[in-house]
Amino acid sequence: MEKFEIELLKLLEENARMSCEELAEALGVDIETVKESIKKMEENGVILKYKTIVNWEKLQEDNVYAIINVKVSLSREKGYDDIARRIAKFPEVHALRLVSGEADFQVVVKGKSLKEVAFFVAEKISTIPEVRDTVTHFVLRTYKEEGVTLFADEEDRRLAFVP
Amino acid sequence: MQTKKTGGSHSSRRVAKRVEELSPSGIRRFFDLVIGREDVISLGVGEPDFPVPWKIREEMIYSLEKGYTSYTSNIGLPELREGIAEYYRRFSFNASPDTILITTGASEAIDLAIRAIIDPGDSVLIPEPCYVSYKPLVYICHGEVISIATNPSFKLTREMIEKHVDEKTKALILNYPTNPTGVSYTKKELEEIADSVIEHDLVVISDEIYAELTYDFKHISIAGLNGMEDKCVVINGFSKAFSMTGLRVGYLIAPEDIFNAALKIHQYCMLCAPITSQIGAIEALKCLEEVEKLKAEYLRRRNYVVKRLSEFLEIRKPEGTFYAFPNVSSAGMSSEEFAEGLLFKKNVAVVPGNAFGECGEGYVRLAFAVKFEKLKEALDRMEEFVNAKG
Repeated sequence: MEKFEIELLKLLEENARMSCEELAEALGVDIETVKESIKKMEENGVILKYKTIVNWEKLQEDNVYAIINVKVSLSREKGYDDIARRIAKFPEVHALRLVSGEADFQVVVKGKSLKEVAFFVAEKISTIPEVRDTVTHFVLRTYKEEGVTLFADEEDRRLAFVP
Repeated sequence: MQTKKTGGSHSSRRVAKRVEELSPSGIRRFFDLVIGREDVISLGVGEPDFPVPWKIREEMIYSLEKGYTSYTSNIGLPELREGIAEYYRRFSFNASPDTILITTGASEAIDLAIRAIIDPGDSVLIPEPCYVSYKPLVYICHGEVISIATNPSFKLTREMIEKHVDEKTKALILNYPTNPTGVSYTKKELEEIADSVIEHDLVVISDEIYAELTYDFKHISIAGLNGMEDKCVVINGFSKAFSMTGLRVGYLIAPEDIFNAALKIHQYCMLCAPITSQIGAIEALKCLEEVEKLKAEYLRRRNYVVKRLSEFLEIRKPEGTFYAFPNVSSAGMSSEEFAEGLLFKKNVAVVPGNAFGECGEGYVRLAFAVKFEKLKEALDRMEEFVNAKG
């Protein structure tokens, strides 16, 4: 991986909507190099997907998020990866991580209502044979998402001219 | 019966003659022009647009909670002086903490350095275009300013020094990376300047406030060159790299005699730099990774600005700072006409080059200390303005 490609990724991570032209200008390389490099990284899976961070808090139609701590029992036949694959495939599962501490997995579930999420956990997660225990934490308010703070930003108080 | 008021009038009789004769900063007029205008994109701000890193602010808040509100010693907090000594190694200068004086912004440090050195009649070499405070401060000390016009390269050379130096010359004020031109110097270029400084036994006041924002090579402090430590007063601070402008904390690094002289003035006129800011500065030196991030963003903007400007104006690529200094004479206007026209017609504020010395005429300074989208919009407007010839 070349040095400018790391810089390129940093820029895209901040703003995925930057055009190839803008990226080329910012990095001081030509536009074809940027295009080729992005194509390559999309193909080899360094760039997974382009997403939008939405502040759902601003809208009436709020989604419900819950963090579910899941404890599992392992066997010769079924390890963490096998169980994780099974959980990850549900579209309701927004994120899934193996974590240290009391639980084994942290599952972030997204649903339309408390009920929907609760039933999803009860019917789909808890019923997996290897799952021993689940604890559900509903998210009440989000203050920071993907490194972006969701509360009002500080205003620019600088004077118009400073020598 | 009412007595006649005598206190409120602005009689010039009361103001010291030297100060009365001092002309106010050229930027002031533009400041008044911009007031009340909406939708102005200001590229006139010589101040970072990034907030002070949260860790620094948090540390200052905590210090207030704990009750750190007293004076510090005149020279500043020991931990900060040690931190700066360690930090300055990155610019190839091993300074001892004992030579570091913490000041209320680099501005105070510049003032102290000049006052510590200049006797009436001494002359000071000042390469121009330059930051606005150097000449007035020398003037207030009854020193004589010898302006060195560095255009069109904007780089001070040994030849330029030789041409202007005389037996009354005591000091050279060197600011690099340079406000407003963005010029900086490689080690080799500094060595040439240093040779001349040693030959004529001058003191260099080396204002390195933009050191951290050097893009194309490593910033080297001239004080770190062979035989130069005793010839240099290094000025730096926390405003540009850590965005701590309003917190007012800077420092000077000077040889013993000048250090002691500067300390005398400082202890009478300032006592010490604000303790909250000094505590913030200690934390700042632990936040160098944040500086790298800012630098990457400034570099990206620098590249963009140079590319865009070069499509419609003559521009020399700045090696450091967050300033670009394009030549606008091709638009058929003076610096001030250009800056005023651009503000009135396109709502973009830039600083006319002549505010930084006569030889800045024909240029304007624009600061890329604004968010990328705004910068883009401002350059679009500027291009329209230039293409329409006003």
